[in-house]
Amino acid sequence: MNSSRYRPRNFILEIAAILLAIIFLSPFYLVLSNSVKGLKDILIDAASWPQVFHWDNYSKVWDAIDFPQAFFSSLQITVLSVIFIVLFSSMAAYQIVRKPTRFNSFVFLLLVSAMIIPFQSLMLQLVRVTSILELRGELYGIVACYLGFGMPLSVFLFHGFIKTVPFELEEAARVDGSNPYGVFFKIVFPLLMPIIVTVIILNTLWIWNDYLLPVLVIGGNKDLTTLPVAVTKFFGQYTKKWDLALAGLVMAITPILIFFLSLQRYIVEGVTTGSIKG
Amino acid sequence: MRKDLRLQRGWGQQIVFLGPCLLFFLTIVVTPFFLGFYYSSTDWNGLDLDKAVWTGAANWRRIFTNDDKFWESLLFTLRFTVISVVAANVLALLLAFILMTTLKTKKLLRTIFFMPNVIGGILLGYIWQFIFTKGFATIGELTGISFFKLPWLGTPSTGFWGLVIVFVWQTAGYMMVIYIAALAGIPKDLVEAAKIDGARAPQLFKSVYVPLIMPAITICLFLTTSNAFKMFDLNLSLTKGGPGTSTQSLAYNIYAEALINNRYGLGTAKALLFFAAVSLITVTQVWLTKRKEVSA
Repeated sequence: MNSSRYRPRNFILEIAAILLAIIFLSPFYLVLSNSVKGLKDILIDAASWPQVFHWDNYSKVWDAIDFPQAFFSSLQITVLSVIFIVLFSSMAAYQIVRKPTRFNSFVFLLLVSAMIIPFQSLMLQLVRVTSILELRGELYGIVACYLGFGMPLSVFLFHGFIKTVPFELEEAARVDGSNPYGVFFKIVFPLLMPIIVTVIILNTLWIWNDYLLPVLVIGGNKDLTTLPVAVTKFFGQYTKKWDLALAGLVMAITPILIFFLSLQRYIVEGVTTGSIKG
Repeated sequence: MRKDLRLQRGWGQQIVFLGPCLLFFLTIVVTPFFLGFYYSSTDWNGLDLDKAVWTGAANWRRIFTNDDKFWESLLFTLRFTVISVVAANVLALLLAFILMTTLKTKKLLRTIFFMPNVIGGILLGYIWQFIFTKGFATIGELTGISFFKLPWLGTPSTGFWGLVIVFVWQTAGYMMVIYIAALAGIPKDLVEAAKIDGARAPQLFKSVYVPLIMPAITICLFLTTSNAFKMFDLNLSLTKGGPGTSTQSLAYNIYAEALINNRYGLGTAKALLFFAAVSLITVTQVWLTKRKEVSA
């Protein structure tokens, strides 16, 4: 904002910002340090650094929530859904941009207006629809749901981006004898990379963290229980056993934190693009 | 003949490209949406729809005349939305301004402030349940500050503020990122010109920065408003609507009506009202702030 020189004023701002960041992070510190304490130590003093490390909190919870199972079903649901969302929504957006018939424009309008519908307004009827179509308790069923809910924003993002892709490239390929599918997958799709990253990130964060949809659609199928659902069940049983509950919490947030920290530049960029377009 | 072939291929492409998207969107979003109008006039209990009886306007009458809890949660949700939207955006703007200046730890700080966002609301609620019940109590004993000694999840008003604190903690970093992008897009010479003309910090903020980042303000207000109004996960894991039903959000009220009381028909009617309220509030807000947008 001001000049780019580092002045005393900047130093004071820096200290203030760091203090604020420490306050921001303190919940994570409290959860992390107490997750390796015994229950008695937590109840006596939740702020101090652990005297004795109870690593066995983790191994107990690992078995109790069947962490590998929950992790892999979250992973497979998220990955499958995101792949198909990227594929189907980019194809749809391409068709809408390049063939702007009255029908296609109407479809686009429908998708965009659906973004405003809150999930709670659909969920009860969705339970009915998914059981009629025998989607409940099945992997393809929950993925189908994420595809439906993921479409509006993703098509919207691709739509905005494809409008900026020069048409000449496609014409050239078409003159060279490529069919429409070849043009899309060989020429257009690779050009969409920046927005594909955004679509992947926004959908991954949402689907990975989602709680209510898996509860409603997966229901009792234990093989498909996702991480947020498993942790919630666990919390319900161990309300007063903070040592185990906190270890479970740390295990549940670790995968997505690793995802964030290793891809943070893209994530922040993706979030920015996503919201400016949205 | 040739023309026919081309036409056919046009149809083929339409089906291949748009078909999958439409199939899932119509099945998962559009069909349930319209079914809602039907179910909201039945006494469907969630199990056998065959036995659900058409009850006409009964659900609606019940909501409007005999359902104080619903209106209490609407009031709660409105209050929560107004306060947390203002708080989250003020904090986000403040952070964005601080992190626009030359700081050595700028990148690290941005990462830290954004971090709560990548964790789901359900887990954040549990994290804070621990902080409020055990963490704050310990800090209160150590420091003697009465703020930390409050029964944070034990009374309606502290429960309300607890939810506000967690929501702001979760959301501010996300909005900060959007504000930073907007601030970075402001032409430097414009700011310099205003300074040469003698504009001081408050004036600079009001007459230069705010008008120029108005599009970002529109977006951030839209996102925070609709998220706050639809709050569910946080509510479920942090207070469960309690004590009693004093911190029950509208979304939670719908959930409880259907899945705990098994009144799906009534729940659907509430969900439709909920949709109307969300649309009304967000469309009004976007319309109001859009009018204030200018271009540099």
